Amino acid sequence: MTAPHDRHERFPALRRRGFLAAGAAGAGALALAGCSGSGATQDTGDKADGAPRRGGRLRAAFAGGGAAETLDPHLGNLFADAARGKALFDKLADYAADLSAEPRLAETWEPNAALDRWKVTLRQADFHDGKPVTAADVLYSYRRIADPDKAYRARASLEPVDLTASRATGERTVEFVLKRPTAEFPNVMAAFGTYIVQDGATSFDRDPVGSGPFEFVSFTPGRSTVLRRNDAYWDGAPYLDELEFVVANEESARINALLGGQVEYAHELTPATGRAHEKAGTIGIVRLRNSAMQAFAMKTDRPPFDDPLVREAFFHIADRAELVAGALSGAGEQGNDLFGKGYEYYADELPQREQDLDRARRLLKRAGAEGLKVTLDTSAVAAGFTEAAGIFRDQAARAGVAVEVRMGSKDSYWKDILDSGTLCCYRSGAMPIESHISQRLLTGSTTNATKWQDKKFDALYQQAQSTKDKAGRAALYGRMQRQLHAEGGFLVWGFGDWILGTAPNLRGVAREAPANTLDWARFDKVWLA
Amino acid sequence: MNGLRSWIARRLVLGALQTAAVVLLVFALTEALPGDAAVAFAGDQPDPERIAAVREAMGLDRPAHERLAEWVRGLLHGDFGTSLTSGRPVSGFLADGFGPTLLLAGLTVLLLVPLGVGLGVLAARHEGRFTDRLISSATLGVYAVPEFALGVLLVSVFALRLGWLPPTAVGYGDGLLAHPAALVLPVLVLLARPVCSLARLVRAGMIEALAAPYTAQARRYGLSGTRVRYGHALPNALAPATQQLARTIDWLLCGVIVVEALYVIPGLGTVLMNAVADRDIPVVQGLAVVFGLATVVLNLGADLVTHRLAPRSEVAA
Repeated sequence: MTAPHDRHERFPALRRRGFLAAGAAGAGALALAGCSGSGATQDTGDKADGAPRRGGRLRAAFAGGGAAETLDPHLGNLFADAARGKALFDKLADYAADLSAEPRLAETWEPNAALDRWKVTLRQADFHDGKPVTAADVLYSYRRIADPDKAYRARASLEPVDLTASRATGERTVEFVLKRPTAEFPNVMAAFGTYIVQDGATSFDRDPVGSGPFEFVSFTPGRSTVLRRNDAYWDGAPYLDELEFVVANEESARINALLGGQVEYAHELTPATGRAHEKAGTIGIVRLRNSAMQAFAMKTDRPPFDDPLVREAFFHIADRAELVAGALSGAGEQGNDLFGKGYEYYADELPQREQDLDRARRLLKRAGAEGLKVTLDTSAVAAGFTEAAGIFRDQAARAGVAVEVRMGSKDSYWKDILDSGTLCCYRSGAMPIESHISQRLLTGSTTNATKWQDKKFDALYQQAQSTKDKAGRAALYGRMQRQLHAEGGFLVWGFGDWILGTAPNLRGVAREAPANTLDWARFDKVWLA
Repeated sequence: MNGLRSWIARRLVLGALQTAAVVLLVFALTEALPGDAAVAFAGDQPDPERIAAVREAMGLDRPAHERLAEWVRGLLHGDFGTSLTSGRPVSGFLADGFGPTLLLAGLTVLLLVPLGVGLGVLAARHEGRFTDRLISSATLGVYAVPEFALGVLLVSVFALRLGWLPPTAVGYGDGLLAHPAALVLPVLVLLARPVCSLARLVRAGMIEALAAPYTAQARRYGLSGTRVRYGHALPNALAPATQQLARTIDWLLCGVIVVEALYVIPGLGTVLMNAVADRDIPVVQGLAVVFGLATVVLNLGADLVTHRLAPRSEVAA
């Protein structure tokens, strides 16, 4: 039963290390995205940046996993893992800037009428050792990820696939048999960590062989990974000769290394750094919009939030502009209590909700909840959390609600807030809206932090998954989002920018690629001028 | 001499017991932290089934005392165990982190002793005069600046504004020695406070020793001022400084996290911080053993040196 729901776990776990890197907020480091995407975004970049030039070594600084790091693409958890993974390996599909799935190693996919069998044809592509990418490699990779004895992150994403019944129907064709109709199966193929490795590969730290744009040169866990151009890359050889990932956990170290010319790309900067250097102009600042949802999660199965009136009152307590200005230092946009602003299927026709304290007070009175006292769980686990909690406490006080802020351990925060408490700070990296729903908002979802359990809502989701026609699915997602907007458990107040720093001579960096999408941290289309 | 030998043996046994106690305490405290390696690993996707699978794969479903006993058995055979998070041997983590830490500590101590002692003696010789006041107030002032603030300041001035030195050692890894310029700023930060405390201790000890009856006696015998100062007063002044130096070396060997993070030098402090965040208990315990032993050996060494410089029993009242 839990089945449909745990798919698409593509969120990055952002392990602790993330914490030094203040920006952890984004979370999802996963790299997914749009391949053919090179299309739109990349082209714009090219025009502004002049003609691409070949050659040079790009050094990119990321917060990393320390001495425990691995190049096993199925074990990746961190932003750094995801960036290295996409440089060395490919997935069947990846996410475009609007989080729709685009073909990568898969050239085409075609479902049957019932949407429970998908025929996937692979493009002609080679691994770094010259062997072609085949259906056998794909099935081996998926079976490795789904191994019940291993806890690979992407295992839950592949849950809809019946890997025993799925089979190769040719050298480059796979027939995936699914356990139930899954209209968004391409999202599964684009899910975080679903990289294609060679049939039989088990060890990756010495000499990983992928089909990605860069080939392995050397790897020192927690310090440096050196790769070189794959001249035979199916999507066009990268411009760079070499790519080196270096690990710098402290944000100040990343920006200093960039300013001092020691690296050309610094991942994950704070809003203060971004503002300071945007004006100075000595380095480039890239803001990837809509990368990190920021919200308060209300548990809808227990008092006081089991009363929809109280939830609605809280929707009207929040001054979203003040939260964005204070907790995100202005580096972001206001939310409208829905996940996925700017993504495919997002219900942007709904009016922006504004603070209305009188209405909030009236709603609380109607709910018999005057003088309400609530505990708000927060933690320093993500950028802006503690600030957001403090700001919201003051906003709630103006509506007569006493909010007590409780600080939790950042190492176990996500597990702690999953089942206990009533109100907590929450954030999410980019993923398709469908994945957000299946992971968090169905009765059987494994990370349902708002305890939103609604049979009719579940039925709408299943109906969408059985609807082949995209417009039909869009209408169903629209209905679901309208319900969430009216009475859901997520008070989504903002979407944070993901901030990168680039050296003046680094060109071609995509600007429209939320962290998690294909063009984020993508180095095969950039060049050094 | 026999007395000294048995004293050393007793100290070593006591040290081993202290280290064992530290390791036990560290194990208990890490266990007591909220969450375990599986929860840390699962991060923001705390799917209970996945946490259970990770826990089983890491062997965390076994009782704590069993895991501790197994680790102790391995340690007796020189095996530090295996990292929970990566499955790699803990000894590798320790070896990788030890190189940069040792290099930084070695360079720092090499500069620290002559600088600290020199400044202290200089100040003591000019007690109360301008040089003394300058050294005393400068050392007090620098001592008051935290490492992090000083580190950021030095980077802004010497690396970013003047461009004389690289701001970090990012990407150099084991090749740190090949980039000596990258070591200048971190060593300066590490030196700053220890030099101050050492200089002040030496100054105070020197002034006290120079005023002591035995130096007056030495002078009455007609010994030269230089010989009195450096042959008699200085060794006595160095005794307390030696203890301070041992503490400083211990601090350096345990990895100064702030400096490592700021300058991207992957030493033992970084290993410790990551391991605690991951709840990677075998790595934390391995570090506790190393740090515990370092502390015991250094303090023992300092006591021996002190004993040699100023044998207490022989000091005249």
